[in-house]
Amino acid sequence: MCEAARSILVVVGVLAGAIAIAAGLIWVERRLLALWQDRLGPNRVGPFGLLQVMADMIKIMTKEDWVPPFADRAVFVLAPAIIVVTALLSFAIIPFAPGIGVVDLNVGLLFFLAMSSLGVYSVAFAGWASGNKYSLLGGLRAAAQMLSYEVFMGLSLMGVVILAGSFNLRTIVEAQEDMWFCIPQFLGLVIFVIAGVAETHRLPFDLPEAETELVAGYHTEYSGMKFGMFFVGEYIGVTLISALVVTLFFGGWNGPVLPPIVWFLLKTSLFICLFILLRATFPRPRFDQLLGFGWKVMLPVSLANLLVTGAVTLARG
Amino acid sequence: MEEAPDIQTELENKFGTGLLSPQGTRDDISTFWVPKDRILETLRYLKRDIPGPFAMLYDLTAIDERLRNHRDGQPESDFSVVYHLLSFDRNQDVRLKVALKGDRPRLPSSVSVWPAANWYEREVYDMFGVTFDGHPNLRRILMPPTWKGHPLRKEHPARATEMGIFQLTEEKAVAEEAAARFRPEEWGMKPAVGDVDYMFLNMGPQHPSTHGVLRIMLALDGEQIVDAALDIGYHHRGAEKMAERQSWHTFIPYTDRIDYLGGVMNNLPYVLAVEKLAGIRAPDKAKVIRVMMAEFFRIASHLVFYGTFGQDLGALSPVFFTFNDRERVFDVVEAVTGGRMHPMWFRIGGVAQDLPNGWERLVKEFVDYFPPRLAEYDKLLMQSPILKARAKGVGSYTREDAVEWGVTGPGLRACGFEWDFRKKRPYSGYEQFQFDIPVGQNGDCYDRAVVRVEEMRQSLRIIEQCLKNMPEGPYMADHPLATPPLKKRTMHDIETLITHFLGVSWGPVIPPGEASYGIEATKGNNGYYLISDGNTGAYRARIRTPSFAHLQMIPYIGRGLLVPDLVALLGSIDYVLADVDR
Repeated sequence: MCEAARSILVVVGVLAGAIAIAAGLIWVERRLLALWQDRLGPNRVGPFGLLQVMADMIKIMTKEDWVPPFADRAVFVLAPAIIVVTALLSFAIIPFAPGIGVVDLNVGLLFFLAMSSLGVYSVAFAGWASGNKYSLLGGLRAAAQMLSYEVFMGLSLMGVVILAGSFNLRTIVEAQEDMWFCIPQFLGLVIFVIAGVAETHRLPFDLPEAETELVAGYHTEYSGMKFGMFFVGEYIGVTLISALVVTLFFGGWNGPVLPPIVWFLLKTSLFICLFILLRATFPRPRFDQLLGFGWKVMLPVSLANLLVTGAVTLARG
Repeated sequence: MEEAPDIQTELENKFGTGLLSPQGTRDDISTFWVPKDRILETLRYLKRDIPGPFAMLYDLTAIDERLRNHRDGQPESDFSVVYHLLSFDRNQDVRLKVALKGDRPRLPSSVSVWPAANWYEREVYDMFGVTFDGHPNLRRILMPPTWKGHPLRKEHPARATEMGIFQLTEEKAVAEEAAARFRPEEWGMKPAVGDVDYMFLNMGPQHPSTHGVLRIMLALDGEQIVDAALDIGYHHRGAEKMAERQSWHTFIPYTDRIDYLGGVMNNLPYVLAVEKLAGIRAPDKAKVIRVMMAEFFRIASHLVFYGTFGQDLGALSPVFFTFNDRERVFDVVEAVTGGRMHPMWFRIGGVAQDLPNGWERLVKEFVDYFPPRLAEYDKLLMQSPILKARAKGVGSYTREDAVEWGVTGPGLRACGFEWDFRKKRPYSGYEQFQFDIPVGQNGDCYDRAVVRVEEMRQSLRIIEQCLKNMPEGPYMADHPLATPPLKKRTMHDIETLITHFLGVSWGPVIPPGEASYGIEATKGNNGYYLISDGNTGAYRARIRTPSFAHLQMIPYIGRGLLVPDLVALLGSIDYVLADVDR
């Protein structure tokens, strides 16, 4: 009984935590971007503008829930739900600290990859169902981009799997007690971060929603809370990728003095800030350049990384 | 202008005497009347065969002559079509005029000689109702297709109050919508070739990267542009018509809003043209102040380009940095002129006021502040590998293309053509300043950006020289036609008082004549061709803007590019829609 209550508590806590962090990130991102862009950002609602998110939420919730008459209604409504659901489900496998985590899957990493593959449907459906040419182009770009980057995202993680000898994220974290995998798997880390940015389609890889080209890409026709779902979905994605980077390469909850959960959250926040910094810095490559970079650079590098890691592990016995 | 071969002799040697009838103008541009049936061969000869050819169609416009009183010695004409050609080899201009009779005159089209004539002829058709035979697509360009009448004809009303109450009824709204619909066949586009169906994408008039209300209709194969057609005119406000009902003086504020990023830079060609008509020489101090303020606005305009170009290529931050710097420019502008974006501060004969006390400190602060910022942006933008990948080799055109299509300004210099009107035809005292003309090599988006960035540094050099060498003396010419007239003697004798009163209430009466003046504005050559009929306002004011010519080229360069490349191209052209539509 106690065990069941505890799991329910953890599940609810993780769900609420992920959504709260994603919502809070909207404020963090706007303030940080403002800082780097010599502006102030939202600073009027509540202390430091913290309540801006609440104001935005109220606005977005009370907006008219409009579906364009030319859209494919059922798919149009379904699409934004998919991205939030798949991203949130992935949180199930993250080990936040010893004993804190939703499930302890022995195929955890594969589960994450499967969920992120399913996420593609969201943008592809949205682009298709909107009945708008810009959305269609955005949806096509998103599908091609996510499918391509999925490939070496998976490959880049195999080095970690070889070193830890398991797909289970908890085992992977425990295997990093002596040395974080960011050192032996530096290439894997770089590839995973790049692929992660592409998966969450944030700048510089925000081609599916490239504002200056495609207006807003696949979510051009979305408004109100449906748009809000895409928006929050993106931030959940950012949090998820940051949490995974920490889990897979930076020792997860490992760290001296402070309690494990604090270490985990600290490290994750750092990577979230990195995501935002990327957005403040880079221009956006062209679509064919992005795919070319993926297949011509990232794929060979991740394969080489896998080969070398395998060889070294074998040689050491 | 330097010593040039006598164009009249050359033309007479070719076509015999009696063909041309020369006309005197207040500027030094040779002007000839050519019979309607000989105009095409004359144009062809001037463009191709004459030594030192007139390769660029600088402007093509028309004049409604029916109400004009002072036409001494000019052939009889109801509508005159004016071709203004430019020779880079000779650094010389020539103006050809064709006299047309009747209410709905016709004229052979010159599109076969210059592809760039296409839009200009459409504009003349739209504004005057002159039909060009053989034009590939003669339709309205600035006015909506449903418009009745031709606005620049003298009988067309200039004020809304003369036109009756406007009501947008249901039927009218539907009809307007239907007229705005894109029909590919009207633009010579095919919906499919072989078994490839094209997607037609309507980009604009509301789109984040068209930089205003521009509509581009794209035929796409995937994301590749097969063909493009531009629809302009959404920003048309009839500046040329307004010039006909404003006084010479009160038209100055309208010029500010032509290239609305250029501020007082827009006043300059207008006041220079009026001064030429009136025979006014601006005093030295006014000249240097004009140069300094114009260069500040060149920097302001290029900063907008810099930031938005970055944004078009997906970089979020630069636009905030450059707009921040632009605020610093406006701080100086505000202190000097009292205005910011549209100070309307130049006057016929000088500038509105003397420089304020302490202007040196403000200018000095900016001169010190700006170079490190530019260096930082170089690292952020110009040296970014992603930006290079996006902009290098994209949207390039050759020097020949540029001349053919009437490109001036940074777009021309990016092709490696060292041509800057400030150097080649110095005005307002530019010959006394030391600065370089930055050039590119490949004529692509990247080189256009490089040229503009370097131009900001050169502008800063000019401003620094203004700061160090600001002359003493009056800021307004002591001339009866300078406006507003000097007041110092008005309370001493009645004649001066009357002149002053008339100069302030009616505005100056500029002697009859024609003059044009083109300057190196922020986007390219901006010129005013003014005709005075001895009145308090212009009889006809033609505004030649660089952006008009630059935009016309887009379908030509755009074919084969991807949609993101088109966005880069639009950003790198750096047009302003008000500058296109006027």
